[in-house]
Amino acid sequence: MGAELGKYKSCISARSTDKELLKCAQDGGIVSSLFAFALDEGIIDGAIVAATKEFAAKYPAKCIQDSTNFDMIEPWRPIPAIVNTKAELLAAAGTKYNISPNVALLKEATRSFGLDKIGIVGTPCQMQAVRKAQLYPIGMRDVGASIALAVGIFCMENFPYQSILQLVEDHAAMKMESVKKMEIGKGKFWVYGKRGQVVQLPLKVTHKYEQPGCHVCLDYVANLGDISTGSVGSPDGWSTVFVRSKIGDSVWAKAMAAGVFETQPIEKVKPGLELVSKLANEKITKNKATLAARATFGVGKALRNPYI
Amino acid sequence: MADKITLGYTHLSGCTGCTVALADNYAGLLTLLDKYVDLKYMPTLADARHIQKVDVSFVEGSVCIDDKLAVAEIKETREKSAIVVALGGCACYGNITRFSRGGQQNQPAHESYLPIGDLIKVDVYIPGCAPTPQMIRNVAVMAYLLLKGTKEQKDLATAFLTPLMKATESTSACYCDLMTKVINQGLCIGCGSCAAACPVNAITMEYGKPQGERDLCIKCGACYNQCPRSWFSFDVVENYEAINEAIMAALQ
Repeated sequence: MGAELGKYKSCISARSTDKELLKCAQDGGIVSSLFAFALDEGIIDGAIVAATKEFAAKYPAKCIQDSTNFDMIEPWRPIPAIVNTKAELLAAAGTKYNISPNVALLKEATRSFGLDKIGIVGTPCQMQAVRKAQLYPIGMRDVGASIALAVGIFCMENFPYQSILQLVEDHAAMKMESVKKMEIGKGKFWVYGKRGQVVQLPLKVTHKYEQPGCHVCLDYVANLGDISTGSVGSPDGWSTVFVRSKIGDSVWAKAMAAGVFETQPIEKVKPGLELVSKLANEKITKNKATLAARATFGVGKALRNPYI
Repeated sequence: MADKITLGYTHLSGCTGCTVALADNYAGLLTLLDKYVDLKYMPTLADARHIQKVDVSFVEGSVCIDDKLAVAEIKETREKSAIVVALGGCACYGNITRFSRGGQQNQPAHESYLPIGDLIKVDVYIPGCAPTPQMIRNVAVMAYLLLKGTKEQKDLATAFLTPLMKATESTSACYCDLMTKVINQGLCIGCGSCAAACPVNAITMEYGKPQGERDLCIKCGACYNQCPRSWFSFDVVENYEAINEAIMAALQ
């Protein structure tokens, strides 16, 4: 497929072979399995992930040390954290659908957390931030060479916490504490409750709640991850995986050899790569239009374009 | 690729942290000096007495405009260098020297400090307080490729250095840049790069957006420049793997 999917060495549909892990996972358990395997093999000595209120209660020392009063973390608001064990990984698994500033831990990971080989999961923009930090390490001393595995996740747009709060409690009329899982797929925003209730909102409803910065993003499938993954393109319970860099190739090959994943050729599954391309092109086209509109936003005045 | 570029290093009102950052490339510095760079003038590391005519000058520190010698030296640096690189926050943006107001022994009247770009045309910025050894290394390798490389290498180096050249359009920096140039412009994506880059931990992320403790901010410019939405070149960053490998190979 075209440039909308970025450069990749291979693409496959995959699912973790670990049934226990799949219970906590969003889709195929790719990110959690990759990090669990990488931790076991010493490929990474810790990973930066988006953890939760429950995680922070159990492992406060692993969370970002800032002005966050851990008693005040709301349900479903992610807190960047470092995980070093499979148990911690599982406690932080699952998509949160709102902003988790994972890159904020990138330097501290090599300092007080003592990591030499960092794993990090992030959205496409966070992958861009990580690679910019490797090429232009302005405030990131001794960080670049320590990034051992960067896993990108597909992303159409992200939301501030307050947006998800309003969507769930207002539009879906559910309490945040009773949400078991959230999902975006098949044109809808799904909210699954702990008692088995399911509410779906048409995606159209969510548009006004998106983070504005997302509207100039030209990357749907995390072009800059070592490995990128997301649910789109694969069947329920599976994930589409792009293996992109030399590091990604090496880690994926080792994981496959160790039986961490079962796979199906992406050409054989429904809805397949065509849907990924379709959505990627939609995002890029829509956001290129936003970028162009920024150039004539005022009267004879433009908004700033960050892209050189 | 055989001949070296000549380098000068002018030390103005800086703390020598930028010098230490350069030296903290350890063996990498020795390789740079062996293969690519002929160090002509550098207080602390080289034994020449006067600013020399060179291809590239690094300038550390801001200019005390109350100090005639400092003013003369920055002008002489500009005159004698094909390329002037403002090294570190003080040279680029003033940094902590912005907070000077004189009254210190033994020069109580040395009160006014300006980033070098307010007195001369600067070609490239290396922001940071201190700039990182890796950033200095990357710029040094790219500067070499720009001056001595093949057409392809010159193109790569130009692409790599372009945002650092454009950065010279501004001579002041502050946490507030994140507000005025990123968040207010609808560009912030909440990644947290700024919080990680800040040398004084003045930035935390609150509900996915940077919160700066402005009393802690030293106005170094690291946060804004590290932000992926201050400037971002797809051509360069998408080739991160090849560029990282090229830089490592150059330092073998």
